[in-house]
Amino acid sequence: MSDKSMPSSQDGRQSILEIQELSIQFGGLRAVNNFDLSLKPHALQGLIGPNGAGKTTVFNMITGVYLPTAGRIFIKGLEVTGLEPHEINHLGVARTFQNIRLFPSLTVLDNVRIAYHTHAGYSFVDGVLHNARFQHKERELTEKAQDFLAVFNLQDRQGWVARNLPYGEQRRLEIARALAAEPQLLLLDEPAAGMNPAESSSLMELIHFIRERFDLTILLIEHQMRVVMGICETITVMDFGEVIARGTPQEIQSNPKVIEAYLGPGAAALSEKFRRKKVSEAS
Amino acid sequence: MFKKIPRTNLLFFGGALLVFLVVQIAISTNILNDFWSTIIRIGGVMAIVSLGLNLIYGFNGQFSLGQWGFYAIGAYTAADITYRWNDSYEATALSILLIGVLLVGGSIVYLRSLLGKIRGLDALSAFTMYFLTTLILGVLAVYLGQLVGPYVAGLLLALPADVSQQLVFVLAVIIGGILAAEVSFLFGLPVLTLGSDYFGIATLGFTIIVKVLLDNSDTMFGFAEMKGARGMVGIPKLTTWFWVFLGLLIVVVVMRNLLHSSYGRAVVSVREDEIAGKAMGVDVAEYKILAFVIGSFFAGLAGGLYAHINGFLHPSSFNFIRSFDPMIIIVLGGLGSMTGTLLASFTWALLLEGVLRLVLPQGFETWRFVVYPLLLLLIMLVRPSGLLGTYELPFLRQVLPPLKAFSKSNSNSANPGSGNPAPVQEATK
Repeated sequence: MSDKSMPSSQDGRQSILEIQELSIQFGGLRAVNNFDLSLKPHALQGLIGPNGAGKTTVFNMITGVYLPTAGRIFIKGLEVTGLEPHEINHLGVARTFQNIRLFPSLTVLDNVRIAYHTHAGYSFVDGVLHNARFQHKERELTEKAQDFLAVFNLQDRQGWVARNLPYGEQRRLEIARALAAEPQLLLLDEPAAGMNPAESSSLMELIHFIRERFDLTILLIEHQMRVVMGICETITVMDFGEVIARGTPQEIQSNPKVIEAYLGPGAAALSEKFRRKKVSEAS
Repeated sequence: MFKKIPRTNLLFFGGALLVFLVVQIAISTNILNDFWSTIIRIGGVMAIVSLGLNLIYGFNGQFSLGQWGFYAIGAYTAADITYRWNDSYEATALSILLIGVLLVGGSIVYLRSLLGKIRGLDALSAFTMYFLTTLILGVLAVYLGQLVGPYVAGLLLALPADVSQQLVFVLAVIIGGILAAEVSFLFGLPVLTLGSDYFGIATLGFTIIVKVLLDNSDTMFGFAEMKGARGMVGIPKLTTWFWVFLGLLIVVVVMRNLLHSSYGRAVVSVREDEIAGKAMGVDVAEYKILAFVIGSFFAGLAGGLYAHINGFLHPSSFNFIRSFDPMIIIVLGGLGSMTGTLLASFTWALLLEGVLRLVLPQGFETWRFVVYPLLLLLIMLVRPSGLLGTYELPFLRQVLPPLKAFSKSNSNSANPGSGNPAPVQEATK
């Protein structure tokens, strides 16, 4: 953390997230190697790749769970490499997890209210005394939490214990909880995992909706191609810890390197053959 | 201007007053003899210790066997202060400790706000700073205390004897609590960085250290009145049912208020899922410390009260084996249940310490220690969530706010997240 200044960006707009030459090594395994990424405000970027490509590891490094072996991460121009996860959260980064991590035995309402604990607005002594200030602030933040639940259509579930919610609602609650921390950058780790097509398409609408409503920048890991191709503006593809392609969904779909990463060597040529055949049949 | 007091609060405080009066009258009219009144007071003291442990283990998820060590610190500190006052009207110990705990407490709060601004400060360097400050302020407190001691004694002597004795007693108990809390802060800072099981072993070590230090308190440290392993005698018996009850009531209300505030929710989130908590901006290390310090403060208070029940303290009652007593109580009562802890503490005292002592034939009293584990086994098999599970008295329970009414238009615009089946065209694609 010697130099906290932001590298000058070409077009003058400051990136929300800027990652430079990020690498991490676990023993002999280089899980992520020379990873670069730059997210402009309000972007919706997808991060895809086969299993074990290092996508979640990148998330864990951005949020401070892992300390990168090399490379730097800037959030809103501030270097965050080496900060604790909660400090990074306070800078406006929230995330969801691949395997849902709610607070299982707390109520739905409390799950969301925990996100407010840093800006609850009353001191420890107020909390112990339950004085007027406490009552006032607590009512305010409870109403805010209920508003968030309403956005996700969970308002009737506020008294439920989180672990008793059906799967899809747990996913939505996790996103609601992340948003309650009022982040500018939201990291979604496989939000559509385990969802049926109907559920995942309503999730896609939801992601679009929250991006507009809360003016968010979103980085998304997802395996369901329909979701990724449907909502992401740009996509970064990883394989074996390295970036193999970047571009719009159309560019990624026809990129031979990506096809080979997913389907094995030779697959690109094969798929090209099929495409030609289809085209010639159609004409 | 006055708001209506909720019915549950009225019921709770009314019920508490009733319990207090009934027991108080029974003690004053000698329906409860000395033996039973002692048992009930010990039940109350155990309830305070166990509530503290439940905060640490049941609510914050940190398995701690150190509670008994902090209980011992509170007991011996408070006993020493009142003993010296009672024995020779000497208030120097009181002054030193009072100045000491206030200075150290203030410095910890102040340093915490300063160090909180430094990002990425590791626990050990923070610990070094706190430790050095404590050391310097401790020496300062000894000098200042010796200076003002005689004047404090003079002031106290000017008061009626009864009043001054009660005052010294209350101060002693509070000082014992704060001292235990401060020791737990310094101890917890480096040790709470350990994972759960390792933390348990470290705290076990702490309890053993405290016991051994108490064994040698007269020879190694020159506290002649503590008499080391022979046991401290001559402590005034000042802990009445009133003080136990008042202490317990305050602890229950403080803990309940804390748990239902944003600080309490952060404490519980650490138990639920540390990684998710961190990702939500909860400073896990800080809230572990918070719960640990408050829990130890309760233990210190309880220790001070315990010391003045029998007027006798012995290091063997602070043996690490006994540190399982509050652990058994909170497991019996249910981890994370305040009502269960209260019930289990009094049940433990009345049945195991009271009835069984009388029922078991002469010489078989130690069979209680066979009954405890059997009971524990049985509970684990039949009711693993504890006697009451997650039941709480209405006063201690969390109140859900009323559902907010949303206008139709608002809920329509905010609907894309609904789990209802997706639009038809999507499904037919």
